[in-house]
Amino acid sequence: MAEFRLPPNSRIRKGRHFPVKNGAGNVRRFVVYRYSPGSGDNPCMDTYEVDMDNCGPMVLDALIKIKNEVDPTLTFRRSCREGICGSCAMNIDGRNTLACTVPADGISGDVKVYPLPHMGVVKDLVPDLTNFYAQYASVKPWLQSRTPPPPDQERLQSKEDQELIDEPAACILCACCSTACPSYWWNSDRYLGPAALLAAYRWLVDSRDEATGERLDDLDDPFRLYRCHTIMNCTNTCPKNLNPAKAIAETKKMLAERRH
Amino acid sequence: MSKEERPLSPHLTIYRWPITMTLSILHRMTGFALSVGLVAFVVWLQAIAWNAIPYETLATAMQSFIGQILLLGWLFSFSFHFANGVRHLVWDTGRMFEKQQADTSAWVVLAAAVLMTVGYWLAI
Repeated sequence: MAEFRLPPNSRIRKGRHFPVKNGAGNVRRFVVYRYSPGSGDNPCMDTYEVDMDNCGPMVLDALIKIKNEVDPTLTFRRSCREGICGSCAMNIDGRNTLACTVPADGISGDVKVYPLPHMGVVKDLVPDLTNFYAQYASVKPWLQSRTPPPPDQERLQSKEDQELIDEPAACILCACCSTACPSYWWNSDRYLGPAALLAAYRWLVDSRDEATGERLDDLDDPFRLYRCHTIMNCTNTCPKNLNPAKAIAETKKMLAERRH
Repeated sequence: MSKEERPLSPHLTIYRWPITMTLSILHRMTGFALSVGLVAFVVWLQAIAWNAIPYETLATAMQSFIGQILLLGWLFSFSFHFANGVRHLVWDTGRMFEKQQADTSAWVVLAAAVLMTVGYWLAI
């Protein structure tokens, strides 16, 4: 059952304010979700002023600057800083996205930064992705075949067959889509969520995979697949411009067609 | 530190609602309103079948301000749920899933629902 209110230990307090040093010109305010395990305190929103004339353009640049120069306790995941690793996925200005690909310039007013929504928070902007990864593993995201591969070459695909998996295989598992989905918010214990379902679809349409039937059997469940109500938040928010909603619809179609 | 003690990150209150999400929740709310309306409709049918007195009482009640608001609400609920239902049928065929298409169809559905509501209201 959907629980709309945050539990008592999760309600957000007002936080601290870190003004910028010596009158800088181009100042932006970053309002960032903070939570420190073991402190016994509820999460809070800290405000950091950043001189954008001495900072890279992206929200991630500002976060790194804050961590380096203002508050080394600020915690977040990041790695590639070019939108391919998916580590810095967070909620920025109300949308889930990658901090490294979002210019602060494109956001009006204070830049609000939260962890991915409706997730357990490990610390600050770091969500607990254990369940998310377990759901990904549960769709068996690897090639399953019964026939042995040809003795003298790899399992080949036509160009057209490859194109079917180009898009779904480009998913970087940043979890932006799943944590943008209200169905996933209320039912993440039983609903697989758009990211895992996109991965499942990637193997359903792979011409080399020979477990399509079993894969469909596993998905044919009122919760695992059919909690998708085409809210479209996944596709709207995907930082790689992929379309999990369409992949889920195609999966539902495959199941419907199989029944006839 | 056990997982249970972790705070839950904020969700509904901090997410910037896309139009498609708004329509989705509206679809559910109008569906609920229609279920309640169905009960009211059965009561109305019973009133007709019984005799003139309960029917007139009900008809008068529906002429009141609150009654008119209810009727208008049910009319909009029906119009919206119908139009968005068609949108869902199209989606079930795997079409109209591009971001721009989903946004445009959302506004088309809203416009159609308002037009149907106003048109019907004026016609009766």
